[in-house]
Amino acid sequence: MALAFKQETFRNDYKYSNSPSAIKRFPFPFAEDQYMYSVNIEPHVKGKQGTVCEFPFDVDEHYVAECLDKQITLDLDRGRYAVLPHMMDAQWDFVELTMEALSNDYPEHFSLKKDGLNWTWENKPLNIKQSFVFGDASTMPMDPFEFMSRQVQGDFVLLDQRDETLYADGGFVTSQADWSLAFNVGMSWREWHAPVPRATELGVMDRALKYLLNLQLGSPVRRLNWTMTVNPRLDTSPENYPLWGTERNTVNPENVADKVHLRVELQSLFRLPRSNAIVFSIRCYLMSLKELSSYPRWAKRLHRVQKTMHPDLIEYKGMTKFHPMMVEWLSKFDDGSAMDVGTQPE
Amino acid sequence: MSMIDIKVAAVEQVTPLVKHFTFVKQDGSPFPAFSGGSHVVVSMNVGGRVHRNPYSLMGSPVDTEAYHISVRKQEQSRGGSVFMHESVEVGTSLQITYPVNLFSLAKKAHKHILIAGGIGITPFMSQLVDLNRLNSNFELHYAFRSPEHGAFAAQLKAICNDKLHCYADSKNERIDLIDLLSKQPLGIHVYVCGPNPMVVAVIEAARNLGWPENHIHSEQFLSPGIGEPFKIQLAKSNIEVHVPAEMSMLEAIEAAGVDADYLCRGGVCGRCEVNVLESDGALLHHDHFLTDAEKASGKKIMPCVSRARCDRLVLDL
Repeated sequence: MALAFKQETFRNDYKYSNSPSAIKRFPFPFAEDQYMYSVNIEPHVKGKQGTVCEFPFDVDEHYVAECLDKQITLDLDRGRYAVLPHMMDAQWDFVELTMEALSNDYPEHFSLKKDGLNWTWENKPLNIKQSFVFGDASTMPMDPFEFMSRQVQGDFVLLDQRDETLYADGGFVTSQADWSLAFNVGMSWREWHAPVPRATELGVMDRALKYLLNLQLGSPVRRLNWTMTVNPRLDTSPENYPLWGTERNTVNPENVADKVHLRVELQSLFRLPRSNAIVFSIRCYLMSLKELSSYPRWAKRLHRVQKTMHPDLIEYKGMTKFHPMMVEWLSKFDDGSAMDVGTQPE
Repeated sequence: MSMIDIKVAAVEQVTPLVKHFTFVKQDGSPFPAFSGGSHVVVSMNVGGRVHRNPYSLMGSPVDTEAYHISVRKQEQSRGGSVFMHESVEVGTSLQITYPVNLFSLAKKAHKHILIAGGIGITPFMSQLVDLNRLNSNFELHYAFRSPEHGAFAAQLKAICNDKLHCYADSKNERIDLIDLLSKQPLGIHVYVCGPNPMVVAVIEAARNLGWPENHIHSEQFLSPGIGEPFKIQLAKSNIEVHVPAEMSMLEAIEAAGVDADYLCRGGVCGRCEVNVLESDGALLHHDHFLTDAEKASGKKIMPCVSRARCDRLVLDL
């Protein structure tokens, strides 16, 4: 079935909302009443029809608007895209992975025709048609990695594997939850995770690294991460902190349900064939508290999770300013009765 | 674990001890591309018992029509290499894993020195294609017993030209490691694959010359080896498993119907690591993965290659 793409903005007037079906398929991350870090990695296998995990790369009603927002952010700051020279094989691996997935899973919107190394890619929603020679970057209008990163929702980081660790040696990052590609590019696993509170002591990062070093071709994995964002803004980067950081001061008890959004990242990792690199895909989903409360079970669960949140995490996730208001608003959905484990909406 | 169903498209006797196999996919679709130095684990049913052996992919990494492996018939085979030599023919169906690379090229190196002994040439065959494609600076040093055992020497000559240096033991030709490794510039990486004494000699020579540890790469798949039979208790599954002399612990666990994690099955990758909850004897660690301290602690073991000599061994499985 063809998707209907919405006209939306992720800045200034923030013209953004989720349709009832988008709310229903939202990847709500809290299965239990209390949240703590864990290596919550699972195989990125085909999910049920209609869910965000049905396909390796999810395309939804926000696709066209998100791709436009990527372009705006990148035009304002070219530093959101960077790739080191030894990652050219990984760039082509990424092109193959995304073109094959999108054309296979959404044939009414995307097509890929191959004649040996002569490939033709067509993206109907964005009105792009490109013929090129696979492996020959001179036949592309820009870097192959940039070309396809602009056409898939989410951020992408190319991880090179060497010296028993992973290095962030390339990235297209325009919708990050307050981290910087320009700051992290070239860094190793331990370096870029150093700021995460409590995770290092728990040994979580070392276990996750060990697991990822053995990530297999053909067996991608995924996990969910989350934060809360004021206004439906994709670009919450440190570079643009002055533009969005102050928006946290605009939350009041009247507007908290419209302004505060649950921001969930569907993070997936794929081993790439030619380069033996890994692509880290970070897909962002945004839903306001009001939208979320159309399923009272979710509001009830989120209330418990937020009420018991460790103060370090409230601070790390930038929620300090509006956290009490959010908990207060959510409390009316919580009758105190026990809840079964699970993330389902009803 | 995702597996690929393949059938054998060609078999060729390359040397008196080495056979080369060409695989194509059962459904005729292309294989994934891979990176130079990758291997696959071939799963074979030998008289009702499943053997899984790792073999390097030696074709071109960009050739998605076919995968190529070479198998040396091992004198002390537990059955796998003999099965490949005597029972596998054109048309035989087998299962393989997706390619895994535990011996990848350092992409940022200024130059690569590749040192191969005997059948250890196989992972370099695919790396050479990548090195040529990326226009990298390299030398290949290939040692073998005698010219008739120099598998693929002609093929290598065509790929490498004057970058190939061959050494036949029968002609008393030896690689002078100290000379080779001491005259190299900064930013160079060395890779070795071959019999254990050669791997150890290269690693020691490079270390003694002050090479940084992360510029020294080796690959050496161990075969599980034959040992004394012993018994293990699996705590989570709540069963006792007998490990016969010619079976690895991992194989015995699998044969008992318990699903254990694995990847390389050669003591290298670390995926099958399991916690030892209790033991009253000696753990016989044969892997290259655990640190000496971890081995000494007696708390972890790699069931793919390691064994035990004890009356009671309880694993967290």
